[in-house]
Formats: sequence, structure tokens, C-alpha cells
Amino acid sequence: MNTVLNDTVRDTDVLPERIKHFPFPFSGDIYRYSANVEPSRKIITTEAGAWGGRLVHIDEHYLAELKDRDEVLERDPSRLQVLPHMRPAVWDAISTLLPALVEEYPDTLSFAREGNSCRWRNSLQDLDVEFTIGDDTSLPMGPLRFLGSQIQDDLVFLDHRQDALWLDAGVVTFAADWSVGFDVGMKFMEVHHPVPRVKEEKIASRAEQFLMRLQPGEQYRRTNWTLTIDRRLDTSTETYPDWAHDRITIADDPALPDRLHLRVEVQHMIRLPHSGAVLFMVRSYLLPLSDIARVPVWRENMGRVLAELPDDMAEYKGIIHYAKAASDWLLAN
Amino acid sequence: MTATALQTKFHPVLEGTLQLEVTNVSAQTDSITSITFGDPLGELLPSYVPGSHLVVQYGTGANAYSLTGAGNAPREYAISVLRVEDGAGGSLAMHALSVGDRVQVSRPRSAFAPAATAKHHLLIAAGIGITPVLSHARYAAEWGASASLIYVHRPGTGAHVQDARDLLGSGLTECTDRGSFQEVLTRKLTTQRLGTHLYVCGPADFMDSVLEQARDLGWPKGLLHSEAFSAAALDDGQPFAVNLARSGITVEVPAGVSLLETLENAGLSIPNMCRKGICGECAVPVLRGVPQHRDLYLTDQEKADNTTMMCCVSRSLDPELELDL
Repeated sequence: MNTVLNDTVRDTDVLPERIKHFPFPFSGDIYRYSANVEPSRKIITTEAGAWGGRLVHIDEHYLAELKDRDEVLERDPSRLQVLPHMRPAVWDAISTLLPALVEEYPDTLSFAREGNSCRWRNSLQDLDVEFTIGDDTSLPMGPLRFLGSQIQDDLVFLDHRQDALWLDAGVVTFAADWSVGFDVGMKFMEVHHPVPRVKEEKIASRAEQFLMRLQPGEQYRRTNWTLTIDRRLDTSTETYPDWAHDRITIADDPALPDRLHLRVEVQHMIRLPHSGAVLFMVRSYLLPLSDIARVPVWRENMGRVLAELPDDMAEYKGIIHYAKAASDWLLAN
Repeated sequence: MTATALQTKFHPVLEGTLQLEVTNVSAQTDSITSITFGDPLGELLPSYVPGSHLVVQYGTGANAYSLTGAGNAPREYAISVLRVEDGAGGSLAMHALSVGDRVQVSRPRSAFAPAATAKHHLLIAAGIGITPVLSHARYAAEWGASASLIYVHRPGTGAHVQDARDLLGSGLTECTDRGSFQEVLTRKLTTQRLGTHLYVCGPADFMDSVLEQARDLGWPKGLLHSEAFSAAALDDGQPFAVNLARSGITVEVPAGVSLLETLENAGLSIPNMCRKGICGECAVPVLRGVPQHRDLYLTDQEKADNTTMMCCVSRSLDPELELDL
């Protein structure tokens, strides 16, 4: 069997980009929730390549995912929420993230600002747009939808008041089984209430304390993961009828290795410099098990993590019906 | 420019510092001087949250000063400093600055932010306490938020009086004696619309008095804000020693330097991640002594056990700790 593993792929040069830059989240054979935060932009090398050098990452799915987001928002405008007091935070995110993007992709993007007048050019979308910070009418689709049309990340804005964080705005089209329309206006602790173990282990309260102490200019990140059937980014509560049933049938589907994806969220947390709001950015990456299996260490790690994962966690992640099938496939090959 | 390179050269609180140039010095009053700092190359400076302060290095010390601008992509950071003859020397050093001098400053730190949900911002300042609330007033003007200001100053000694008049118009009430202020305060505290937030900055007894009256009149705690420079960062702490049992050495941890940094400087490799007492990576086993736990990671029970500490933020209550390292 080792011969087979070694022959499959050892030379990472032949691996496609989607595997090389994939943020594989497991470093051992056991996974538990933790406040696994670290400073952002730190490059993490994996068995297949590396990830994490950027705050905002544009990859080969850029145009397709933005089209996907646009269609979701057309169908269901409730995926975008801005409570009135969060307007300054949204503009703050625009004036923070666009220059950050240019720093990372200077050849394809440019941003110029004079006072509050801005010009944004994005050659990937053949876009040249002028707008005025603070003037919502200067961006006809609205400031948050505009920002969401430029980066692949879902965005969640938290207001800091009364010694708590409140989820008061966001554009979230690629939620892993939650709903921004349902959560908007809730406290951070209320949003996390359904997550098993997190309350007992005080993980959410520690995370909230940490976020409330973030100073402007500091950037942190963490990863989270689940499994998703097919390359479907929109697995929000609103579309539950479209995707939930697959979770029952996938275990017996011979196409499981190609259909079942490891979904990794790279979540960035930054304090916006002018409004003081906390911006939570969620970038979702999907990689099918058949690709995971091309990296022998990943295959073994993930197979063992799934085999060991306690039922309450598998249940919450919505993978309990097929985690064993996935684990069996990964460990058998 | 890396933070680590700077940390060895500059005051420990000036992490991730900026080197700026004095671009203007102007007298506000006989005892208050306004100083602006800009990037030597003319670049925009990082934006800041209204009410933020800047830590400015002078000689071997460092002082925090409120920024007086709105904080929106500024070209300059402006502070106004009251000369204190018998202080630690910071204000005298600031008053000695002239255009072209280079200074080392922190990034702005926010600890007195406006509440985004406020229906109205009631700002109250006495003397040099005008500086952070002026920043609030500018931000309110920037976003069209409703704000008013009660400004107490002695006749002829108030800084930024004209700025306040221009920004607030009829929303400004100036008081030049204690009696008239008390009258205005009582009236304002009892006539605000629902959802008003109160922000006060000035001498400690002044702030205490305003906050106490507000509470006595039934204002909820969540609506009251006062400026406190020390709240944003953990304090430097006391120096202590650690005896590393396995390594057989003792190292001194100076005030303002973390145990983690000290251990790293001593050549030890300690796993760590956030360096802020949240992630739990840098736990070190304690064999003897009582740690001063300042982290958010350990449970209350674990803290009481005193067998583990987070070396990035926690220090010692005893003069010496023994660690299993």
C-alpha cells in the first residue's frame, strides 16, 4: 500500500493550484473546537504547498464565485443586512479592504483616494468606478453589496457596545448552515449558542473577549471546517431543502469521493480603524475527497479525524450520516 | 520595519510604532500647545476611532495623548498638551518640540469610542479634557450624528473653543464657573432623549462627579462613557524573577517585558500563537510561586490551581516563580 501512496503523488509540482493553496486544517488525528487564533498573513506550509500569505485571496474561482453571490442576492436579498448604525462600518471596510487588495494584487487592481473621493479599477472584472466615501448613492447597488462583489469572502460586521459584540450587518451568501437574516441583531454569544461544547468550554466567551480587545490595525485569523456535498457554496439555512437530503444519500453513492468536499473556512478578524467595528471575514474553500486523497498525509489525517470525531460534533456539523463512509474511503485507499 | 526590531530600541508599549515628523506647533492658550505629526514622506496615516489616544515617546518615557481629529484617513495626527510643570516630564518634552523633529509614536489606540447606536451624543469636557470629545464632535459632524457639548473652562484658558463653536453651533454650552456648570449639567442630564449616550473627560474628580450624578438620576451604566487611558492595554507590571528548574538558570523579567519575551531572549523556544492570552498555546508549567494570571484562557479553577500560566501576558505575585522548563 505504501508503494501505491508514494506513486500516486509525491512530487507536489504536479498538483493543481486548488490543492497546493488549500488551507488543510488538520495537523493531527484528532479535532476539537478551540480558539485557534493566530496573526494573519502568516504563511503556513502544508504537505501539498502553502496558504495564508494574504488577508484577501483571489483564486481561480473568483469570477464564478462572485457570479454565484450575485445570483444568491438577486434571489434572496435577506442575505445582505445592514442595521442603520452600521453604515460607517461598511464604508470603513471599503476604505480598508480595497487598498489592502491592491497591496496584494497591484498588477490587476488599483485604488486612488483624494479626501473622500475614490476611484477603483479592477481589471479582472473590467471595472472602473468612482465613488464618495460616506455617500451611499455613489454606489448604485449599495456600498456593502459593492464590496461583496469585489471579494470572495462573506463579510460579517460586529458592533462593540455594552461590553459585548453584536452582529449588526453582513453579506453572507456562502453560509455553512446558518442564516445572517436570522442572526442579525443578535449578540455574539447568542449567535454561538447552538454550537456544542463551546459554551461549556467557554470558547465563545474567550473569543468574544479577544475580539473586544482587538485594536485597529491588528489582524487575526482562524480556520473552521465542515463537509459539503458537491461544489455548493450556498448551504445557508434558507436553501436547506435544496441540499439537506443529499446528506442522507451520499454515504451509498459510489461518486462520494468526487461529490463530498472538505469545506474549510479561513476566517479573518480585524478591527476596522475608523468605526471601531469588528469585521469578520469568511473565505470558504472546497476540495473534493478525491483531491484530498492525492496528498497521502492529508488522506490519513482526515480519515482519522472523521473516524474519531465525537457524535455531538458530527451531528452539529451535519455530517453524522456520512462521516464514517468518508472516513472508510479515505483510510481504505 | 518590524515590530520586534523596534521593541528592543524603544519603550515596550510602542509596539508596531510609527516614526513621524512634527509638522506644526501652535499655542492654543498660555499653557496648552497643539502639535501635529505627519508621515515624513507625506503618506496618509492610519485612520483611528474617535476618542483614540496616541502614545508618544519622550526620552526614556512615553505618554498617552488624545487625538483631536475625526480620524478619517488623516494626513496628520494632532494632539493638544497642557504644560504640567511638576509632572513626569512628558508635557514639558512635548512643549519643547519644534517643526521637523522626529518622534516615535504608537498606532492610535481606541479606549473611548462613540456608541454607534446612540440617538444623541452628550459630550462633557473640562479643561484639557476637551481633546477626545472634540474628536467625537468631529466624527458626529462627519456622519451627521446628533451631538451636543458642555465645555467647562476658565475664561481665556480654553483650548479649541473656536473649533467647538464651529462644529457644534447652538449645540455648545460653555461654562466658565462651577455654579453655572452644575445648573447646566442638571438640566441636560434630565432632558435628554431616550438613547442618548454621555461621554465625559476632564480631571478625575470632575468625571466622578458627573458620572455619579448621571447614575443618581437613573442613567444606565451602559450609556455612560469616560476616558481612561489605562484601560486599553495591560499595564507593565512589576519585575520578577523566574527560576527554570530543568535549565538550571534564573532570568529576570523586567517591568514592561513579557515572560514569553524573556524566555525567548534566554534562548528557549516556547510554542505560542496569539501572544495576547487567548489561544492557550504558550502555557508553561509552574512548580513554585503564585502567578499573576492576566490571560483569558485558563478557567477560574485552573487559575486558582497555580500550576499553569500563560507566559505571554501573565506575570508573578511573588518575587520569584519556578517553572518546569
